[in-house]
Amino acid sequence: MPREGILVHNPYERMTKEQVRQIHHASMQILTDPGLISFNRRAAEIFASNGAEVTPVSSGDHPTWLVKIPEKLVLHALDSAPRIVKLGARNPDNALILNGEEPRVYFVTGSETNIWLDVEFPTYVKKSDPKIEIQVPEFRPRRGTVADLCQSAHVCEHLETLDGYIRTVNIQDKDITEDNKDVNKFFASLNNTTKHVMSGLTSLSQLDNVVNMARIIAGGEEELKQNPIISFITCLVKSPLQFVEDTTDTFIEVCKRGLPVVVSSSPQAGTTAPMKEAGIMAQINAEVLAGITLGQLVNKGTPVLYGSVPVRARMDNLDDSYGAVETSQYNVDCSQMARYYKIPNYSTSGVCDPRTPGTQSSVERLFSDILVTLSGPQYLHCAYGLLECNSVFCLTQAVLDDAHFQMIKFFLRPARIDETEIAESLKQIREVVATPQKLYISYIRRAMRSRQISPPYPFEGDRETDDVFALAYKRMQELLARPVDHIDPATTARIFEEIPGLLRRQVDGLKTEG
Amino acid sequence: MSEEIIALLKENVIQGRKTIEDEGVDESLDGTPGVLELTQSAIEKGIPADEIIMHGLTAGMQIVGEKFATKEYFIPDMLASAEAVGRAMDILKPYLEASNVETRGKFMIVTVKGDIHDIGKNIVAILLKGAGYEVNDLGIDVATEKIVEAVREDKPEYLGLSALLTTTMVVMGEIIEALKENGLRDKVKVLIGGTAVSDEYADEIGADAYCEDGFQAIKKLDAFQAART
Repeated sequence: MPREGILVHNPYERMTKEQVRQIHHASMQILTDPGLISFNRRAAEIFASNGAEVTPVSSGDHPTWLVKIPEKLVLHALDSAPRIVKLGARNPDNALILNGEEPRVYFVTGSETNIWLDVEFPTYVKKSDPKIEIQVPEFRPRRGTVADLCQSAHVCEHLETLDGYIRTVNIQDKDITEDNKDVNKFFASLNNTTKHVMSGLTSLSQLDNVVNMARIIAGGEEELKQNPIISFITCLVKSPLQFVEDTTDTFIEVCKRGLPVVVSSSPQAGTTAPMKEAGIMAQINAEVLAGITLGQLVNKGTPVLYGSVPVRARMDNLDDSYGAVETSQYNVDCSQMARYYKIPNYSTSGVCDPRTPGTQSSVERLFSDILVTLSGPQYLHCAYGLLECNSVFCLTQAVLDDAHFQMIKFFLRPARIDETEIAESLKQIREVVATPQKLYISYIRRAMRSRQISPPYPFEGDRETDDVFALAYKRMQELLARPVDHIDPATTARIFEEIPGLLRRQVDGLKTEG
Repeated sequence: MSEEIIALLKENVIQGRKTIEDEGVDESLDGTPGVLELTQSAIEKGIPADEIIMHGLTAGMQIVGEKFATKEYFIPDMLASAEAVGRAMDILKPYLEASNVETRGKFMIVTVKGDIHDIGKNIVAILLKGAGYEVNDLGIDVATEKIVEAVREDKPEYLGLSALLTTTMVVMGEIIEALKENGLRDKVKVLIGGTAVSDEYADEIGADAYCEDGFQAIKKLDAFQAART
């Protein structure tokens, strides 16, 4: 049985059907005028050989082509792209079934941050009354390591609402190079969680090593095909409308191997996309459709996700503003467009602008988590632990986010109103009104124990002081102490024998760094 | 046989089941007699009232209290058990009087004039009754003179005044003054409760205690009781 995620009944949509069609037609026009610039020769050749209008723009060391994609090619691609994409897992019960026609949401980590945020609780003494001491969380940013990635996967394995794992932190140990980063980040993730693992690829040269590792773990070529325990994220189209040279190569190679892959586009409204909703929507939709079309031309039927990471620019410094209200609007719109095409949507919520957890972080992340979930994207990423847009990851924050999603999932349970419930309720009302106290309290208990009543906020302290972060930190430590089901020793030995570049300390102990 | 009934009584108190139709914490006792039916059976079988109370009702409540302290149980569980015990005490009352067994104390509770809110008052009444106090609930929106009269007639050791509104809390002070004027103030301990009031307010109007909730009411009454003996 795959994981359940949460099915959103009557998903929230901002656009009318007519507005969806208008965006689609605008995107079709963009794909032919102005079209896309391709920095990737193979993409230009694939499009040209399939009937697109491809014109050389510049030559020399960095040749480029103008690619104009006719609507017919896009529609064919949308026809052949699978509506249902399975993302497998080491534990088959953790598999995810993403159905482009069903607004069932899975909650996932990511994206990759450079900074890992440690938390400490120093004691402060009140100057005017030294008897009074308080402990306040203090956050210390540092570069992420392999050990951090392992720790993060370990905790995420135990977070109840978390359905899949995208590597949370960029591993920057001294002995990590471009040539061994991919195998180590995939192994660190796969060895510490039995949930689905998704990641970008740093070096195309490592793709086959990573796929071979997954093949060994899954039990063989066919087993990996049936249970794709890994998948890839590729940002092959850089906004506005440019096929990037290296990532497009990676995308093409992943498609050839038939593993699930996200076509992700991340335009920033105001700088790399128009400021207004109609403009950024028409452009991001064109960018994603261009990628999906390329993927289907490379390998008809290869599983792809409609990846949307739209964001609005901050007006003070033009940085990304994931906390901006419009960012959630764009994501909700993208979810609607993906459903229109019946392609599973890789969406974004929970990212905030501040660099440390606190009130602003909580407001921004919960705002987008609720609204974007309501729109019913199939694969909601960035949802745990991210701060300062996509640059800081805090594991304790991820534990707090798990509590947010428990609330959201509870809220989205379907209404329990039917003949039986009504009859039972009428009986209760008549019984209680006839008693002197007129209280329904004795009927609470069965409902409470059958999980029909939402649990209390797990990090509530004594209600006099704000202990939320300290309690979440304690919870994180408890989850770290709980064992995870690592890859078995024989398989691990085979992986280390056959896959070059893996760091021995990954299996010898988390805390040792090279 | 009597041991079996007492054991079942205790178990039903723990499960908070009053009657055969009640839900418990789980389904294990569904469709079997609850505290009220078992209390009646126990009397019919000639089991002494004090034994029913001590080994059935109080022993069950003891476990409920422990489960509440360890957060296995929540307030709805505690209330269900307390209500079951309270109702069983009503059945046992004539037998207790006959055998000269005394209740823990007489507690009169009322929502003051102008205020119709009674959820808190009712919960306190259930909990205190379940804890073994004899509770006389005068109801809501009760005039001061009626309260004074009831105190004079019934002679409770404790009077609990409840008010939710800032506009009605002032009546509590008027009641205390009226008790003084009628020479009853030193005959009854006055405890106040409700969202609008506080420890400070209790001091201000000359009440004997402020109770934040029903559990605190039990603790304060128990302390007063201990001081009396």
